[in-house]
Amino acid sequence: MADDIDIRIRVNGLPRRATVPPRLTLADFLRVNCGLTGTHLGCEHGVCGACTVLLDREAVRACLVFAVQADGSDVTTVEGIASPDGELSVVQAAFREHHGLQCGFCTPGFVVSVTAFLAENPKPTDEEIRAALSGNLCRCTGYQGIVNAVRAAADREDSV
Amino acid sequence: MKPAAFEYHAPTSAEETVALLAELGDEGKTIAGGQSLVPMLALRLATFGHLVDLRRVHELRGIEQRDGTVRIGATTTQATLQRSEDIRDLVPLLARATPLIGHFQIRSRGTVGGSLAHADAAAEYPAVALTLDAELEALSVRGRRTIPAARFLTGTWTTALAEDELLTAVTFPVWRRPRGFAIEEFARRSGDFALAGAAVAVGLDAGGRVDRCAIGLFGLGPSACRAHTAEAGTMGREPAEDMADDIGRQALADLDSIPSDLHGSAGYRKRVGAAMVARAWRRAVREAVHG
Ligand SMILES: Cc1cc2nc3c(=O)[nH]c(=O)nc-3n(C[C@H](O)[C@H](O)[C@H](O)COP(=O)(O)OP(=O)(O)OC[C@H]3O[C@@H](n4cnc5c(N)ncnc54)[C@H](O)[C@@H]3O)c2cc1C
Ligand code: FES
Ligand code: FES
Repeated sequence: MADDIDIRIRVNGLPRRATVPPRLTLADFLRVNCGLTGTHLGCEHGVCGACTVLLDREAVRACLVFAVQADGSDVTTVEGIASPDGELSVVQAAFREHHGLQCGFCTPGFVVSVTAFLAENPKPTDEEIRAALSGNLCRCTGYQGIVNAVRAAADREDSV
Repeated sequence: MKPAAFEYHAPTSAEETVALLAELGDEGKTIAGGQSLVPMLALRLATFGHLVDLRRVHELRGIEQRDGTVRIGATTTQATLQRSEDIRDLVPLLARATPLIGHFQIRSRGTVGGSLAHADAAAEYPAVALTLDAELEALSVRGRRTIPAARFLTGTWTTALAEDELLTAVTFPVWRRPRGFAIEEFARRSGDFALAGAAVAVGLDAGGRVDRCAIGLFGLGPSACRAHTAEAGTMGREPAEDMADDIGRQALADLDSIPSDLHGSAGYRKRVGAAMVARAWRRAVREAVHG
């Protein structure tokens, strides 16, 4: 049997230590070991984007990273996006306001992806917004509300 | 946990990595960004007893200019290439190919070396490497060697790399001006692997005639390939945008193993491929002539 490995990962600002089997994905580590079930799993092979988290500030598929590969890194999940007092981030508030979600299954992945996208592209064109959203699938909304939410969040972040 | 169990190794140098690969033989597999390998492990299309992670091998990362060439370390991520002004300036075709790869969340992990070593028939980087006559550097316990892109790509998901060989870098030549580059592809959804695609690179002499031309095709055979006959037909001519449709037809004429599946028949892909060559030709020529 494969040997378990000691890892240290900072998750939403809190240091975590664990001894894990190498085949444990970062997504399962977050959900099972850390109890952070906001990171959703749709396909578990990189297609749907529901599992998106920030790994050292970059948006990644948590189902395509093994927890051992994140040793020594900083991870932010959807639970770490709002401010500590619970106030929604600009992106989260815009999703609520513009009906960017229905069942909510895809939402953590969208919120985390859009947060990373706007951090790097604070003034996106509509075209760039659509390209950035291509990596997340939603079965409910028809995307219109999501596109509107991202536009609104970009315009708001821009004005502050 | 979906993949089968494996032992995990994270060596810190290229030397150490190849020693491990030699020792593990066909039980060992390199993992870089994991964006192709992990889905295959999750679906159990492949299982390996040992994964050798390149994340701590820092010498494999980075972009360097060296007398008329740009050398890119194998584990440099696609996102890093997309952000690099040097790449945009010196190897524009590579810069323009990058946003066509998957989605930004894939490119933040996916690496140049992984893309080339994985050698998907419809992937962009192998086609760009072939179009620009890039050279790949490989290391094993037997030593270092350089492999031209044309000899590196041997078939679907297969390359000239031996099982215990590590791809360390890829070197792209910088084309002198005036020159133009374009890459065009068609996919049903943004970010999907292309149904058919083409890359065109054109260089002009002092009199404004074509003195260099390379046309790379992807998604149209077992691996990326070059349209040598169509390329030769453009040499010495004044490049005109209205040659595009003929060049497109000619580029596709000799292909005899165009894939056919539920996404598109071979005949359909052939027409799409010809249209992609024509589009890329027009854009490359426009850039070569007008800058
Ligand atoms: C949803 C999705 C969409 C995608 N769309 C596209 C697309 O449109 N176009 C495209 O080109 N790709 C696409 N990809 C694949 C992506 O580009 C991968 O990043 C890339 O193919 C592999 O790079 P990697 O670093 O992730 O390699 P890994 O997955 O880590 O490895 C892939 C293979 O290469 C080998 N390897 C990796 N590095 C080395 C090395 N240095 N030396 C020797 N062998 C090595 C591994 O052993 C393995 O066999 C997509 C992936 C996903 C999940
Ligand atoms: S669960 Fe990770 S991309 Fe679908
Ligand atoms: S809100 Fe239901 S999947 Fe997107």
